[in-house]
Amino acid sequence: MNHQHYEHTSSLTDVGGVFSQILLAIPFVVALILYIIALVVSNRRGRGWAIYRTVFMIVGICLALISVIGPLAVKAHMDFTYHMLGHLLLGMLAPLLIALSAPMTLLLRALSVKNAKRLTRILRLKIVGFFTDPIVASILNIGGLWVLYRTELYMAMHESLLLHLIIHMHVFLAGYLFTISLIYIDPVPHRRTYMYRTIVFIFALAGHGILSKQIYAYPPAGVPIHEAQSGGMLMYYGGDVIDAVIIVILFYQWYQSRAPRSAVAAT
Amino acid sequence: MKKRNIWAGALFGIGAIAFFDELVFHQLLQWHHFYDWSTSEIGIISDGLFGAFGWFATIGGLFLLADIKRRKGFNSLRFWGGVILGAGAFQLYDGIIQHKILRIHQIRYVDNVIIYDLVWNISAAVMIIIGIVMLRRASKKDRGEEAV
Repeated sequence: MNHQHYEHTSSLTDVGGVFSQILLAIPFVVALILYIIALVVSNRRGRGWAIYRTVFMIVGICLALISVIGPLAVKAHMDFTYHMLGHLLLGMLAPLLIALSAPMTLLLRALSVKNAKRLTRILRLKIVGFFTDPIVASILNIGGLWVLYRTELYMAMHESLLLHLIIHMHVFLAGYLFTISLIYIDPVPHRRTYMYRTIVFIFALAGHGILSKQIYAYPPAGVPIHEAQSGGMLMYYGGDVIDAVIIVILFYQWYQSRAPRSAVAAT
Repeated sequence: MKKRNIWAGALFGIGAIAFFDELVFHQLLQWHHFYDWSTSEIGIISDGLFGAFGWFATIGGLFLLADIKRRKGFNSLRFWGGVILGAGAFQLYDGIIQHKILRIHQIRYVDNVIIYDLVWNISAAVMIIIGIVMLRRASKKDRGEEAV
């Protein structure tokens, strides 16, 4: 058994320490504050905003915070099962909820016309279209996980503060990018067909499932086998459940878009 | 609309049997194992692909059904024929390719697993035959209505 206990010192640069936790928490707190400011500005202009969107944002940010700061973050550093629970929250559930809170729509409403136009111009750039392609987003998201768990990177993450920060931000950002490349809640200048998104999504979900079984069978370096097994199963089933929600939303939007005229008139 | 009824049924059938397999044989009876040490690399890949596809098929099949209903084109015999055909086809794939050739896991970890395999695959074949018969009946019924 190649179990390795990570040394815990109280040094400021400790990978799992308070300093690292606070650094990771800051972007999420800032995002929530910006969202609320945008909400206030938009409301002042007399435009309504569905309350459930704000709730999604708050819950999404809270889940992301739970995974990077506090007891779960500390346990995740020592036990792979908790690490995987944190991964499901930070890389899948929080991104989904935040995507459903339509932050870009709210931002566009809060900005002045001039600045909103500027932002739209940026969103229309080819490079944005490249990154919101479901294939690119899937490679960044699922491919990133393959690199993390199938190379020495997972070990290295526990020793370098910088790697720890980069990987955690990547997990969230890639998860968010992946979600918004598949379901369109905010305005999307570079739209892909439903069929294309569905096919890419099947392979991405398969890649996630295959990786979780690989982790179950062949633990990442430094992870004891029983933790790898419970972590792998958690990844497998947890990923299925969260992705099922995305599938329902994707297919519901597809279903709506194909409504026959009589059905549209009836609603 | 004919094809759409069959597709909706077949997709839902594939997804539903995959879900049933997970619920009953993996979780409730715990006969199937999440992973067993004879699993090949291709076995993990096949399992991952079909696991993912199962979700899409179940949910997609139901949305297709909703679409057929709102267009008032639902044909019960054709839809359920599709369900049974899809379920049987997946069960046969699972029983022959995934259990025996790719060796993902066995039906149950007992001495005479061959009995379980026979029951599994014969019931799959029976489902396929019933599904085909139902679809042919649906076509016959259509022709009968046209003749009248």
